[in-house]
Parts: sequence; C-alpha cells; structure tokens
Amino acid sequence: MSGGDPQLVQLLTPEGERVEHPDYHLQLSDQEYRDFYRDMELIRRVDFEATALQRQGELGIWASLLGQEAAQIGSGRALKPQDMAFPTYREHGVAWCRGIDPINILCTWRGNDQGAWDPKVHRCQLYTIVIGAQTLHATGYAMGIVKDGKVGGDDPAKNEATIVYFGDGATSQGDVNEAFIWSSVFAAPLVFFCQNNQYAISEPLERQTRVPLYQRANGFGFPGVRVDGNDVLATYAVTTAALDRARSGDGPSFIEAYTYRMGAHTTNDDPTKYRIASEVESWKLKDPVARMKSFLIRQQLADNDYFDSVRADADALAAKLRSEVLALTDPAPLSMFDHVFPNGSAELDAQRAGFARYLDSFADAPAGGSR
Amino acid sequence: MTRTMTLGKAINAGLRTAMEEDPKVVLMGEDIGRLGGVFRITDGLQKDFGEDRVIDTPLAESGIVGTAIGLALRGYRPVCEIQFDGFVYPAYDQIVAQLAKMHYRSAGRLTLPVTIRLPFGGGIGAVEHHSESPEGYFVHTAGLKVVACSTPAEANVMIRQAIASDDPVIFLEPKRRYHEKGEVEPEASLDDAFPLHASRVLREGGDCTVVAYGPMVRVALDAATAAAADSGPALEVIDLRSLSPLDMEPIYASVRKTGRLVVVHEAPGTLGVGAELAARVQEECFYSLESPVLRVTGFDTPYPPARVEDHYLPDLDRVLDAVDRSLAH
Ligand SMILES: Cc1ncc(C[n+]2csc(CCOP(=O)(O)OP(=O)(O)O)c2C)c(N)n1
Repeated sequence: MSGGDPQLVQLLTPEGERVEHPDYHLQLSDQEYRDFYRDMELIRRVDFEATALQRQGELGIWASLLGQEAAQIGSGRALKPQDMAFPTYREHGVAWCRGIDPINILCTWRGNDQGAWDPKVHRCQLYTIVIGAQTLHATGYAMGIVKDGKVGGDDPAKNEATIVYFGDGATSQGDVNEAFIWSSVFAAPLVFFCQNNQYAISEPLERQTRVPLYQRANGFGFPGVRVDGNDVLATYAVTTAALDRARSGDGPSFIEAYTYRMGAHTTNDDPTKYRIASEVESWKLKDPVARMKSFLIRQQLADNDYFDSVRADADALAAKLRSEVLALTDPAPLSMFDHVFPNGSAELDAQRAGFARYLDSFADAPAGGSR
Repeated sequence: MTRTMTLGKAINAGLRTAMEEDPKVVLMGEDIGRLGGVFRITDGLQKDFGEDRVIDTPLAESGIVGTAIGLALRGYRPVCEIQFDGFVYPAYDQIVAQLAKMHYRSAGRLTLPVTIRLPFGGGIGAVEHHSESPEGYFVHTAGLKVVACSTPAEANVMIRQAIASDDPVIFLEPKRRYHEKGEVEPEASLDDAFPLHASRVLREGGDCTVVAYGPMVRVALDAATAAAADSGPALEVIDLRSLSPLDMEPIYASVRKTGRLVVVHEAPGTLGVGAELAARVQEECFYSLESPVLRVTGFDTPYPPARVEDHYLPDLDRVLDAVDRSLAH
C-alpha cells in the first residue's frame, strides 16, 4: 500500500520504497531504472543552467520544470517512436525524451527563434505559449491517425497515439474543453496529460476547479486517473497503459499528474507574493529525483561511482550548453521576413528589399552617422 | 495634488479612484488579485477592495469577457485585464460578435460599459504572443471604442474616462512605457478633463506632421527633438489617443499647415490605423499636401523573435528617414 491517497497511483513512496498497485504492474531492468534517474538528473541540471543563464542576461525568460521531472520523464519515456507529442512551454523533459537538443529550447527562450527543431523528425511539436490551444491540435492529429487506419491493427509497431501536455490552469480554457468533447466523440487515440502543479502563475487550483481534475474526464466520456506526478515509475506505468489504450482504438484518456511547481512560474515571477514557504518545504520531501535515488540505493541498483558518473555527465552537459549559448549570435535583421509564407509573396519581397536598402544606407553614412 | 508616478502606477491610481467613486466598478482578470497582475497594475487593489471587486478569474479569456458582458447586463461596470495582447484572441468572439453589437441589436435598450485593458506592443524582449499590436481588429469593429494612452497623466485620466463611459472600450496600454514617469493628478475631477476621444497636438512645428499613438508617441517626440537639434525641420507631433472613433480635425488642421504627414505605429502597415489616416487625409487635404502621406510601421510579418525586434519596431531613425523622404518631395 502506498499509505497515501487511494486515488493516487503510486509505485514509489516519497522515501523511495517500491509499492504495488492493483492496476499498474511494472517490471523494469536495473538499467531501465537507472536510466530514469539519469534522465531526471540531467534535465534538472539543464533547468538549473538555463535559470542561471537567464539571471546573467543570456536568456530573455525561462520557465523552469523544477519538481516536474518525474511527470515529464515518466510520460515522455512511455512514448513509442511513432507517437506524437504536443507540449506547452515547460516540457523540457519531454523534449529531452524526444531527442531534442536542449540548445534548441534555450534559443527560443533567448529570443533567437520561435522553435528550432523539426517536429516531424522528433515527433514532438513546437512549444505552445497560448494556453490550451495545442489540445485541439492534438485532437485533430489523433483524428488523422484514425483516418489513416493506424489504430487497433495487429502489428503494435504500426499503431500510433498522441499525447498532449497542459497545466491545471489550462483546464479552464474553452479550447481544452472542446478538445475533450471532440476527442471523445471521434474516439481519438489521444492521452491528455495534465501536470497539475497546483498553480497557474499566482492562482491556486481552487481558482480553476471545484472537483479533482481527473474526475472531469468521466463527464466527457473517457477514463481519468490521478497519478503521483513525483513518481517516475507510476507516471511511466500509467502513461504506458493510456497510450496502449489509445493505440488499440479505445479512444482518449486523461491523466492528472499530481505534482508541484517548486520554483517560480517563470523567471519573471515572484511566488512569495502568493504562496507560503511551508508549502514548498512540504513538497521538497516528495522530490522526484531524490526519491528515485533513494530507490536505487535501497535496491542496491547503483553505487556511489554510478551517481558520480551521472553528476559528471550533468556537469559536462551544462558546460556544453553554456558555451553553446554564449556562442550564439543574433539572427540577421532580414531573417524576420523569412518563412512568412512557404513560397513568399511579392509584397513581402518588396518590404524586405526596402528595408535592406534602408539598412544599407547606414553602411554608407560617414563615421559617427548623420544623426 | 500632483504626484510623480510611473504610467503603470498612474493606471493603478486611476482604477482606485474609479472604484472609490462607483461601487459598481469591478476588476476581473488572471492573476490580478494577490499578485497584482503580471505587470503589477492592480497592485494592492484586492487588499483594499476585497475579492468580490478584484476578481482573480479562471484562466479563460472568453470567460473573462463573456461574464463581464453578463455583469454589465446586471448593472456592473467590469474592467477586464487581458494579460498580454496575444491572449486576447480567445476572447475575440465575445468582443467583436457580442460586446460590440449588443447595444445596436437591442436598439439602445442595453448598454455594456465594459472596459478591456490590454497591455500591447513590443520592445520588452518577450517570447512570442507577448508583443503584438492587435488594435486593427478592434478598430475595424463597429460598436467598440478603442483608445491608447501614452503618458502617466493621460493614462490616469483616460482609464477613469473609459470606465465611466457607457461604451465598451478597448483600452490599450503601452507596456514598454509602464515604467516611464510623469506628473499625475489622481484626484482631479473628470469634468474638465481633455475628452477621451480627442487627438492632441503635443508639439507644434511647421514643416511636417507626425501622428503616433501609444508607445510610439515617445519615439515621435524624440524624433522631433532630434530633428530640431540639427536645426532641421520642425515637426508637429500629434498623439492620436483615440483610434476609434478618430478625431481628425486636429490632424487636418496640422496637415493644412505643414503640407506633410507621417504616421507611425508598431502594428503592420497593411490595413493598419495609418492606412485609414492616409485615406482620410488625402480625401480632405488633397490640395494642401506637398508630398504623399507616409507610414512608418511594423512589417507584414508575424512579430519576430526578440533578438530582431529592434529592427521590426519603428525607431527614431526610421521616423526621421520618413520625414526626410517627405521633405524631399
Ligand atoms: C491564452 C493565454 N492566456 C494567458 C496566458 C498567460 N499565462 C502564461 S502561463 C499562465 C498560467 C498557466 O498555468 P497552467 O496551465 O497551470 O500551467 P503551468 O504554467 O502551471 O505549467 C498564464 C496565465 C497565456 N499564455 N495564454
């Protein structure tokens, strides 16, 4: 028994003790257990480095995933190569699982571009800033999977599923509720993965809902489950099951990963204005990364040398990321005219040419400029 | 009593005065309560007026505007905060299809005194959807009034006027000017205030008229100062203030004097406010014009990534370049 909330699927207690759940069974190799830990440690380190770089003025802003590593790595690793993920703006751990180089993510937060990876290659769409919009995109994408006959077939490698990420605040948006309806009506192979980190910027969960979020799913006609979002094994198991369900043609499901945003909403935010320190302290005891570490130690799946090597890998990753960020140059001014349309437009070409001439006029100006 | 305060604080003071004067005024928006809004414009108001009057809403813009319409139908004066320009679109249907039309549909039986505060424009190094200039969509919609403030004093008076108005008002706040300071008189009576829907000549000059609004007013004034410093042309700078309805008379008068007009705004040029001004000025002042009306605007691209936004945004050099081109005719 988890000893905690019976509605909360848990496979690992906050102390790192392995527990069983009647519906979710998980048997992993020692290496797989270690890999979960390694992923979380590395992505946490990326997050720290990005926060530091923002403080040093190298990034415009950063949305930290601190505290949400287990929800993201557990769900991200449950995806098969053929599945498609639709993230929000905080899914750095999911992006990591989809093989996206963290420098691409930092570039966006620096203001160099608006998403620099190929969603078709990584099978992870670009970050979405407008809250909830991507849930409808994911629904439509999943409807396309059905049209293509890529659900319920005998060859599991050919069946596809979609996962969409959003926060507790997002559940208030009309778009998200419409996505619930559409996916249900069209039996879309979709997993709604809500990271309930308790806050939408300053607003606590009570400002968005009067019922536990996972219970909403029922009213829309599909199952909802609440999982301990700080337990990487449980999020992996629950997401695997939901994706399997989607791939086999049984339609959408909803996962509420119950977790906590340990830091600020973004680097622009001051959480001391709206939440109390003791709340943060109590969640520290549930830290997802420390929990997995305790488990590895308890089960003697890893020794100090192993942890040292992971830390060394994290250091190296952070150092590489830092030097890559510092080496970035600003995009060329005329690049803002690129990609407005796939085949351009005469009108825009004229604007670009006009602006190029204008910029050139400075090059011709005598030293010191004319004004 | 006159006090020095930032534009952000001036709006805060205006909201406070409006709430003190009329118990029907309620504020609603995301994070406006304990946090005081992401720009702190509503700082301290929930503490002083309570959670019933400063309402932290669920995260749903259509909900914010849609329920504001209902509250207005019930006799309240809601003031909605939309957190950033790029997040107004989920509320777009409620604004253009409902809010704008209900007075007309009801043959005047219903009024919707709803104010929608919208921090707009770029220049703050933000990620996408945080720097847009969506005013054109609203100006194009009959039944909405659209105004943009540019200085602390104006912001303070204009927000009070907008709230007091029976019309739905889209109230544009130049977010990159939130921290600029000026003299404000928060307790002044609105009775003899400059009208909300009037444009205003800020600086006189005989050689070329420059019209701007919101964040670009500062740029236009700086351009006028720079031009004068070189003993160059004397620019007449007009703050448009009201984008809908337009107050054209001061602009016509100015163009008749200078014979030239340059319009400056951040929003893309195509079908922007500048296009309308150019059309009207050529209709009314054709024989006074010495040169074509010129526009200095954002390009017809999505708002670009922060590291190139300085090139997208009209700046002093681009304004002066346009003035030079105008004078070269
Ligand atoms: C449509 C829209 N409205 C407002 C915002 C501003 N905003 C950005 S994040 C956020 C809170 C989101 O909370 P939640 O959905 O719980 O996700 P979290 O950031 O906590 O992961 C808000 C209000 C936005 N990005 N999009």
